[in-house]
Amino acid sequence: MHGDGFVDGNSAAGMFAEALGLDITTAVVTCAGCGRGGPFAETHVYDQGPGVVARCTTCEAVVARLVRTPTDAWLDLRGARSVRIPLSQ
Amino acid sequence: MSIVSRGFHGRREPAAADLPPGQYLTQDFPVLQAGPTPRIDLDDWRFTINNEVGEKYSWTWRELLALPSERPTVDIHCVTSWSKLKTSWQGVSLDSLFEDVETAADHAFVRSYGGYTTNLPLEDLLDGKAWIAYRFEGEDLPGEHGGPARLLVPHLYFWKSAKWVTGIDLRNDDEPGFWESLGYHNYGDPWREQRYTDD
Amino acid sequence: MTRTAPVRRRTPWLAARVRAVRSETSVSRTIVLEVPGWPGHAAGQHVDVKLTAPDGYSAQRSYSIAAPPSGDLVELTVQRVEDGEVSPYLVDELLPTDELEVRGPIGGWFTWRPSEPGPVLLVAGGSGIVPLMAMVRERALAGSTAAFSLVYSVRGPSDVFYASELSAADIPVRLLYTRVAAPDRPAGRITAADLPPSADAKVYVCGPTGFVEAVSEVLLARGQDPASIRTERFGPSGG
Repeated sequence: MHGDGFVDGNSAAGMFAEALGLDITTAVVTCAGCGRGGPFAETHVYDQGPGVVARCTTCEAVVARLVRTPTDAWLDLRGARSVRIPLSQ
Repeated sequence: MSIVSRGFHGRREPAAADLPPGQYLTQDFPVLQAGPTPRIDLDDWRFTINNEVGEKYSWTWRELLALPSERPTVDIHCVTSWSKLKTSWQGVSLDSLFEDVETAADHAFVRSYGGYTTNLPLEDLLDGKAWIAYRFEGEDLPGEHGGPARLLVPHLYFWKSAKWVTGIDLRNDDEPGFWESLGYHNYGDPWREQRYTDD
Repeated sequence: MTRTAPVRRRTPWLAARVRAVRSETSVSRTIVLEVPGWPGHAAGQHVDVKLTAPDGYSAQRSYSIAAPPSGDLVELTVQRVEDGEVSPYLVDELLPTDELEVRGPIGGWFTWRPSEPGPVLLVAGGSGIVPLMAMVRERALAGSTAAFSLVYSVRGPSDVFYASELSAADIPVRLLYTRVAAPDRPAGRITAADLPPSADAKVYVCGPTGFVEAVSEVLLARGQDPASIRTERFGPSGG
């Protein structure tokens, strides 16, 4: 149990890599709520419950959710107005 | 096929008690949350039932506390596999709140401060099956466990017992909530191990 | 309907065998894993570790890689979390030749590569030292002369990981104790006075969320460009 309730996008990177085959930490996510953008690595991630919830560091709105069941990964990116993925590292 | 690690057993204790399938007993009370603990001023706190034709039934904090309360002792089961037995609560039965509510709806959509939602059949909230709980183990319900008040529906997986509850919308159609829309079972009966959508 | 081949995931679970273990502190240990087919990694990245019990029950946790790649070897430093499910097994039970699974390397954001000239300020809280130590070691291995500085906050002297290596390091290392007084510093949490000037530096902060938030606030308050700060937050089960 995280004392402050959250960690960050680095901790969800393995699950996103498994589901999407890419490194989500360097993706720039723009919040659909307040319009502020930043690297997914810096989002506030709540991962101690039934799934992973990533929240905007500015307004705390949900930018992404991911659930891993035994057979599938479920992804909700509606909270992100855009996800910009760098293709050359 | 996974590699088995010598000597690894995980946290499971042999279940001395009668637990739902796939659950293990815990002595502590894990804090699981999808967002920051909302800070709610009790003067602003409201619990509102909206029926299917838009009529509102609303209680302030003082009004909630003035209602007859019960002290259920219940077992709770989290979908992340921990169970806690004989937890003691104090709260108002949903039967009391629904006494004067007119409705023909079948579905309840539960809303919390902070945006969390969950859904369940209205009949699963009634007949002594659910409470709006504001005390736990003899103390005011702490914020990290859903205080000032949470829904308590122990016969379903504990994600249905919405923390920081603020209202229930009664609906003719069923709308999946926060986890139900993302891979978790729409109903969530621990005894039939209904964890995920296809279970 | 045409069958299509499943998309190949870029991060499959790889078999890992324990090559060696060595104690760091009374509650932590470095584990050297052989991972055939390991693709290599950058300093700062982590792996997911999966343990499976004979009945099929499995648990996963993330651990930062502590050292630069060396063939198929991946080095982790794990701290035992009280009442943890995975770390007590890794710290107390695991032995050379034992097997587990790893996935990675993961996370391209919180990394440092020798091609980056520096200067660099590393700020570690507790087990947050692990990925930062990978950066220190990478710099040494590459023969980089980038100006590195490390500030490392722990409870007391017995909680320091890599103690002898840090005391011999050719970079400035400032150890802070939160619970034990030192000759030049009273016991206490990290403050602005503990951080060297960093206006030109890239800053990496790693540790528990509260620590990272506090350090970030201090840095931003003294004018650090937000774009120059990279953070990694551990929960108690994440280090």
